[in-house]
Amino acid sequence: MKKKIRILIAKPGLDGHDRGAKFIARALRDAGMEVIYTGIRQTPESIADTAIQEDVDFVGLSLLSGAHNVLFPKVVEELREKGAEDIVVFGGGVIPEDDIPFLKKKGVQAVFTPGTSIKDVVDFINKKMNEKN
Amino acid sequence: MKKISEISEKIIQGDIRAIARGISLVENGGEEGEELLKNLYVEGRSYILGITGPPGAGKSSLINLLIDKFKEHFNKVAVLAIDPSSPFTGGAILGDRIRMQTHTGDPNVYIRSMASRGHLGGIAGATKDAIKVVSAGGYDLVIVETVGVGQSEIDVVKLADTTVLVLVPGLGDEIQAMKSGIMEIGDLFVINKSDKPESEKLATTVRWIVDEHYKDSEYKPPIIPTSVYKNEGIGDAVRDIIKHKEYIYRTGIHTNKIKLRIKDDINSLLERKLNDFIQKHIKYPEKIEKWVEQVYRGESTPFEIIKSIHENLIIDVKEEI
Repeated sequence: MKKKIRILIAKPGLDGHDRGAKFIARALRDAGMEVIYTGIRQTPESIADTAIQEDVDFVGLSLLSGAHNVLFPKVVEELREKGAEDIVVFGGGVIPEDDIPFLKKKGVQAVFTPGTSIKDVVDFINKKMNEKN
Repeated sequence: MKKISEISEKIIQGDIRAIARGISLVENGGEEGEELLKNLYVEGRSYILGITGPPGAGKSSLINLLIDKFKEHFNKVAVLAIDPSSPFTGGAILGDRIRMQTHTGDPNVYIRSMASRGHLGGIAGATKDAIKVVSAGGYDLVIVETVGVGQSEIDVVKLADTTVLVLVPGLGDEIQAMKSGIMEIGDLFVINKSDKPESEKLATTVRWIVDEHYKDSEYKPPIIPTSVYKNEGIGDAVRDIIKHKEYIYRTGIHTNKIKLRIKDDINSLLERKLNDFIQKHIKYPEKIEKWVEQVYRGESTPFEIIKSIHENLIIDVKEEI
């Protein structure tokens, strides 16, 4: 059987706006992926632990509070510390263009801002998946 | 990909990453998954608790509370939570874990979401293999949460030592409860959402059905009202689950269950291997389309095709088998 793409969609920090995260979770499900959704108010530690326990290929972080410059890199760091640097982290939400280069430097491999088409996200995932194999 | 022998070794040492990877391997099937299971084969080492019931009955939330109490009885707890895959895209939203997130980070609790991947009996096809992986990893309690079930998805019974059926008020009258299938498989009945007024009536109905069904039996399934919302009845549920565990261990029922599972493992492996062998020898991939055409054109039937294969298939069977 072909390997299924497994992906964790998580919301770090205190922001409770989960419409975007739920939308992307459903869209990725419709693209044939297995999406683990853990809801709002997760710590970077618990996101990394979940990603490892669930053996996901990707972690997608959604944040609208403005704390992305702290929380996104923290998730990358946690994964690295736990020996899971092969899990690809990407993010989305209300993120100013100016912050994107910083996030990428910190290991967040893609950032999707409002207005992104779901196809772009799926294409990114498939491309990364091919690179992995 | 790391070598399978290395992953097996790490699983036995209880390494979480290896356990997680191991479950993916058995889920994806194929040679790597089989190789891993060959290295890790265990049966009957862990106590396996199945939790089943209709969607929204509160199975995941109940498990979340049960885990705390079970820690007094077991060293390490693994939860395999199954949700359905889409029959159209194969995708899935795995959302059971959201109710149990408080246990993430506890080194003695491992939670894994599994998609059913087309299997229809309420569990995933690979659930029994995933149990073997966590069992080899040292988890002495394995909780299997089924997809939200209806009336007949009862596969969990085959792999669980104890099966808990979680019911909630408001899903139908007592005729529903009298039907065959799901109502017959509970070793315990949990009536969740007991803070709701109609729950007492449901408990009475279930009591009547259970008393009738088990009237000549030594073991009578208890009916336990719980409210996850108010955190009530959880201790009672754990006490009665442990009682059932002791009962099946004492009476030899547990031994029989394990032997049935071993038989099932042998049968499914035999079936698969024989199928692979035969397909290879009759050159199945290149011939199947031709056979389909023959039947479609009315020149043959599936029965005639199989008969001719059967007559031409000679297998050398060595006597010492």
